[in-house]
Parts: sequence; C-alpha cells; structure tokens
Amino acid sequence: MLATRALSLIGKRAISTSVCVRGGHGVAKVEDYTLPAYFDRRETPLPDIAYVQALTPEQKALKEKEKGSWAALSNDEKIALYHLSFKQSFAEMNQGTGEWKSVVGGIMFFIGFTGLIVLWQRKYVYGPVPHTFDPEYKQQELQRMLDMRMNPVEGFSAKWDYENKQWKK
Amino acid sequence: VRTRPGYAAPVASRCYSHGKVETDEEFNARWVTYFSKPDIDGWELRKGMNTLIGYDLVPEPKVLDSALRACRRLNDLASAIRILEAVKDKAGPHKDIYPYLIQELQPTLAELGISTPEELGIDKS
Repeated sequence: MLATRALSLIGKRAISTSVCVRGGHGVAKVEDYTLPAYFDRRETPLPDIAYVQALTPEQKALKEKEKGSWAALSNDEKIALYHLSFKQSFAEMNQGTGEWKSVVGGIMFFIGFTGLIVLWQRKYVYGPVPHTFDPEYKQQELQRMLDMRMNPVEGFSAKWDYENKQWKK
Repeated sequence: VRTRPGYAAPVASRCYSHGKVETDEEFNARWVTYFSKPDIDGWELRKGMNTLIGYDLVPEPKVLDSALRACRRLNDLASAIRILEAVKDKAGPHKDIYPYLIQELQPTLAELGISTPEELGIDKS
C-alpha cells in the first residue's frame, strides 16, 4: 500500500484501480470489501463513490449534457442524474420502517404465549392450595383478627362496628 | 447561519482553553476559500462537504454558494442537490433556517440552474 500511496502522489489514480505488486509474486487480488463503498447516511451526504458505476449509453449521454448549462436540463433529467449518483434521497433514507410494530406485536404474542404456559402450569403442575385458603378457614381467621382488635385505630378493626357486629358504613 | 454556542469551533479539533479561538468570519472565510479552489477535485468536494456537515452548525449561505459553484466546475448537479438536502436535514427542528438559505441562495441557484429538492419532488419519500 505504501507503493500505491507513492504512486497516487504522482498521478491521480484512484486507489481502487492501482495495483499492489508484492515482492515479485504478482498481483494481490483486490477484495470487494476493501474498495470504497456506497452508503446513504445523513452525516456523510456525499459518499465515496457514485451509486451507479456502469453507465448505459443514454446515461453517458446525460452525463455529457450535464457538462453544459444545467438550466437546459428538464426536471426528469435532473432527477435521473441525482439517482445515478445517489440511491436514496434524504427523505427516503430518513423515513421510518414501521419495524417497531412487528417488534411490539412479537412482544405481546410471546407474553400471551407465556400466559398460556402459566395457566396450564397452574392446572396441571401445581398441587392443591393449602387448607388455610378454604372460605370457612378464612372466616375464622377474620373473626380472630377482629377479636384481637388488629389495627384498631386506623386500620382493620377500626372499620368494624363492634356494637352492631357489622362493617362500618 | 450558526446557532451561537458560547464559544466558536476551534481551528483544529483540539480543545484548548487558552489558545486562539477562530471567529465566525474566519471560519466562513476559510471554508469559502476551500471550495473556491479553481481546480478542486471530486474527492476534495466530498471531503469538504462531509467535514462541514459533521460540524455542529448549519453552513452560511456564502459557504454553500462556494460549494455549489465547486459542483458546477465539476459538472456535478447531483451533488449540488444533495448539498441542499443535507443542509435542510442539518437544520433539524429549526424549520426556518432552510427557507432562509434558499432565499439567500436564490440568485446562485437561478444562475447555475440548480433545482431545489422541493422543485424536483425528491423531498418527499
């Protein structure tokens, strides 16, 4: 690469067309990924290469016309020239994809699926709940809490009317 | 137009608190000179524009005028339109900057025959 750097000082050859000769073995193959690439990016409005590299004869003719007055070009020709150099306009490259809808949909689907697994588990995997959950047992618990005056000032027993044996309205 | 920070961007990208700080006029003059080079080549145009867009500012009309004329010397209409798109994007939420720039650049656009992205309809996706 030092040789090609030196060469490019002498002549204006693009690095992509210059040849790396290594110690007499011949030409090193130039890999695609080593060449300048085209990117549509907001922060790099003018990419390293034009989008369309191989021009058809009509496109070549248009490029010749570009050397003259630009006012002589029609709008369609100007748009065609733009798309020779660039793939997407700024508006196109900045538009959203709507991918987020798929993502949210996927999230909800998998949460729903997990819910189904949880329900199935509750039915088929877990044993019965302890007897302390029976309604009769719960009633006795509640009576015990009232009898021992739990939270009598502001909490539980404070809401029970001991005179009339009912909850306070 | 540059939205004014408390300091001007330094000449090199070093941040030294006691060195000389470049004024707006010097910055603009430097960039106008850069794009005014008569035999500017494509690489220099691209490098200049990409660097300029990297700064935290919207370039002044006279800098853009110089860049558009460089595109004319290079027979590159596509880049001229792209530059207009880029500065509009650069202004971000400040929607009044781009119309101001177009207004200031109108004589140049008319002289060189550059259509704005809006005129060509490529500002819509």
